Amino acid sequence: MNIFVCVKQVPDTETKVQPNGDGSFIETSSIKWIMNPYDEFAVEQALLVKAANAGSTVTVVRVGGVKDTEALRTAMAMGADEAILVEAEDNLDSYSIAKALKGAIEKSDKTPDLILAGKQGIDDDCLQVPQVLAEMMNLPSVAVIVGFEQNGETVTVKREIEGGALEVYEVKTPCVLATNKGINTPRYASLPGIMKAKRKPMQQLTLADVGVSADDRRVKYSDFQLPPEKPPGKKFDAMDEAEQQKVVSEVVGLLRTEAKVL
Amino acid sequence: MDFSLSPEQKEMYDLAIKFAKNEMIPFAAEYDEEGTFCEKQIKKAWELGFVNTCIPEKFGGNGFTLLDAVTIGEALSYGCMGMYTSIMCNDLALTPIVVGGSDEQKEKFLRPFTESPKLASFCLTEPGNGSDAAGIKTTIKDGGDHWILNGQKMWITNGGYADLFTVYCTTDPELKHKGICALVVDAKSEGVSIGNKEDKMGQRTSDTRAIQFENVKVPKENMLGSPGDGWKIAMKTLDHSRPLVSSIALGGSQRALDLASQYAKERIQFNVPIAKHQAIQFMLAEMQMKIEAARLLIQKAAWQADQGIQNTIAASSAKAFAADTCMQITTDAVQIYGGYGYSKEYPVEKLMRDAKLIQIYEGTSQIQRLVISREVLK
Amino acid sequence: MANVLVFTETNNGNVKPVTLEILGKLNGQTVDVAVIGDLGDDQVKVLAEYGAGKVHKLKGDNLDKYSPEGYSNALHGFISSGSYDYVLAGATSMAKDMLPRLATKFEAGLASDCVNFIFEGDTFHGTRPLFAGKCLAKVELSGPKPHFATIRPNALGMPESPTAGAGEASEASVNAGEIRAAIKEIIASASEKVDLTEANIIISGGRAMKNSENFSILHEMAEVVGATVGASRAAVDSGYAAPDMQVGQTGKTVSPSLYIACGISGAIQHLAGMRTSKVIVAINTDPDAPIFTKADYGIVGDLFKIVPIMTEELKKVVD
Repeated sequence: MNIFVCVKQVPDTETKVQPNGDGSFIETSSIKWIMNPYDEFAVEQALLVKAANAGSTVTVVRVGGVKDTEALRTAMAMGADEAILVEAEDNLDSYSIAKALKGAIEKSDKTPDLILAGKQGIDDDCLQVPQVLAEMMNLPSVAVIVGFEQNGETVTVKREIEGGALEVYEVKTPCVLATNKGINTPRYASLPGIMKAKRKPMQQLTLADVGVSADDRRVKYSDFQLPPEKPPGKKFDAMDEAEQQKVVSEVVGLLRTEAKVL
Repeated sequence: MDFSLSPEQKEMYDLAIKFAKNEMIPFAAEYDEEGTFCEKQIKKAWELGFVNTCIPEKFGGNGFTLLDAVTIGEALSYGCMGMYTSIMCNDLALTPIVVGGSDEQKEKFLRPFTESPKLASFCLTEPGNGSDAAGIKTTIKDGGDHWILNGQKMWITNGGYADLFTVYCTTDPELKHKGICALVVDAKSEGVSIGNKEDKMGQRTSDTRAIQFENVKVPKENMLGSPGDGWKIAMKTLDHSRPLVSSIALGGSQRALDLASQYAKERIQFNVPIAKHQAIQFMLAEMQMKIEAARLLIQKAAWQADQGIQNTIAASSAKAFAADTCMQITTDAVQIYGGYGYSKEYPVEKLMRDAKLIQIYEGTSQIQRLVISREVLK
Repeated sequence: MANVLVFTETNNGNVKPVTLEILGKLNGQTVDVAVIGDLGDDQVKVLAEYGAGKVHKLKGDNLDKYSPEGYSNALHGFISSGSYDYVLAGATSMAKDMLPRLATKFEAGLASDCVNFIFEGDTFHGTRPLFAGKCLAKVELSGPKPHFATIRPNALGMPESPTAGAGEASEASVNAGEIRAAIKEIIASASEKVDLTEANIIISGGRAMKNSENFSILHEMAEVVGATVGASRAAVDSGYAAPDMQVGQTGKTVSPSLYIACGISGAIQHLAGMRTSKVIVAINTDPDAPIFTKADYGIVGDLFKIVPIMTEELKKVVD
């Protein structure tokens, strides 16, 4: 099978995020980049599918800045065979990214049997690219999947919806699947894997190569700012048993009268 | 001159830090409290290639440089200094084979470590000889087709779990350095008895024991080099192991600084986070300064070893400086945490206990100064 | 004045509250509502009260169950027949899955998960959190119309005095087209609770819950106020709570009106998932736990003592 995995590089969850000078994006100069955590599930799933289908290849594709290539290298160190990097600014919108991914996949010498991606990037949290890509490529899609079973050309996947309920879909390959936490446990990239990844092919393309221009932007962000600071809250000491009843009834009262949430 | 790590080294560091945060930190306090040996972590670390960094590619290893190894060492020690002592212990025990063994011996003794997660211990210190390493009393006698080994070793890391011991012994204690031999001993040999696990102040997850050798028969071909080559092999081993041991101190220091600075931003006193007080700011700055300096020293010592440059001054400076720094930084971290820092509920007092050992093992901070002064006065 | 279509979903026959929140913000625009399937007259009336002009019930084969392709095809057909400038929907599981496909059929853009918006003239200006709520940014759409946006439930709040609309109900027949990814079955969750991401009140437990059995005290409190129970990553990793209960960076991002954190220290990971909650109550024995820096009301005390008392107090309020 020809398996493609779309990965995004996002700021490390512990990185401090600051708006840049003109508020057009965040300050990226000192950011530590990691592979989007949801994409790790997609890479792992691709490697599991590869292991179960002899002769499969896993190609990871990323659209974004080329200064750091953390996400692709990690994917290859985990076991992906090759990588395609489409050079772009890091704040591209979902539509442009999906279009670039489509272009990159179509430009490769492989016809996709399965396209996997994390359900959302933890940077813009849009939850769009996998579905937009599927629509652009005229493929079926299932997003937010927490279960995966393959039977020849049919895959059965579980999609998580409200309240933890699951929709079970049956879909034929080729298709686009967007992974959620719970589908698998991503492996660590091993040290020998890191050394091997050095020798794996990484193709670099431009947006023009994959047919994307500035006109493809649909969503524009501006005026990035830190969320307003909350005023300091009220703190009550209820370590002493005698105080507990009084404190709790006061807090519940405040929730009703001051905060108006009950 | 270029101070940056290679992209692969950065990835190794990231992977090791991820491992430290997910697999080590969540267990560190419990293992410390109970004195549980970190077998699980060692096995997982081995699967990812973190163990036996010294084994060359030719014998099944990953062919890491020492600079790679200290990069990994810092990250894993960030997770737990005690666990990493047990993880890097194999490097200490196997490096003598790498630097002093024949190709045949390397194939025979090193390869099995790349095939399954085995452990090895480095046996130098004795009840009566620590810093005075050349005063070894463990002896070997020629038994025809084998050596007969007798003596006792002390503070042997991973002693209770090792499959193999690299034992320093002498044909004649009177010969001092000139009589010292390095011997590879199968831990299951008859006459080997293992003492109880030591109840230590810190690094309590690492297994530390006394080992007794009583008329242990060791095949002749298990000697590294010739009789009397042991001291040279031990010294060469130290050139490699000192930067690695220093990386333990560095990882622990970085952890202490991260915890202390985070706490300083959260803890409110006099209506502001204590990080707003200059007294605390200066302590944090001092920590950062020393970490920066320790890291550069360690990297230089490792780089010199990789280039085949004699690294005695850098390696001993790195060891003494990093260990002393770690002791001070972890102590200051406890200070910044105040009463909470002294409580076992918070992670910093463990760092302080773990740090103390690094000033003692692998050549005390005083011995390192002795080594450095000897070079200065040459 | 913009022509806006609000796509609504129902839950047990009732339109989801987020629809009404959105309608409340659309005063001054021409507003239609579309639903797939049937909608009772009482619900049409509710929609009208909140400002809906026309209410379109879209009906066709193969639409009894959701499918990304079927629903997006059906809406594509319906929307194409009108002249909408904007299509808005609550950021529910379904809308978040389906709208990207639908928007792409129009080669149009979609602003996901907005927490606020206004119309300047007939142009939509949204606000949305990025980087797990560490930043807010303005969002604008360009390119072919209609433009699409999803709105996070509970973010706008219910309008206090909505302007009523005509509320004319009509039916339209739509075509689901080819459905390649179809639902075979639905496995109900063990709990009948509202999903964390839509819950109005969330009560979460951390590692201090000590085991899974102890979560029962949180469920009892949740029962009283109709809350959904969540958990910190530490509690999930320790096996005290199911992974779908996890609130945080790698779990669910929530913004309920009220978030009660019990025995949660407030690691950055966790704060990332709940910092946009309107009101936060924290119960923890450690007075310096970081959660208190985010809490509107902090109670320093043992959750096993405090929670049962709070359950009783809440009962009084609810009754």
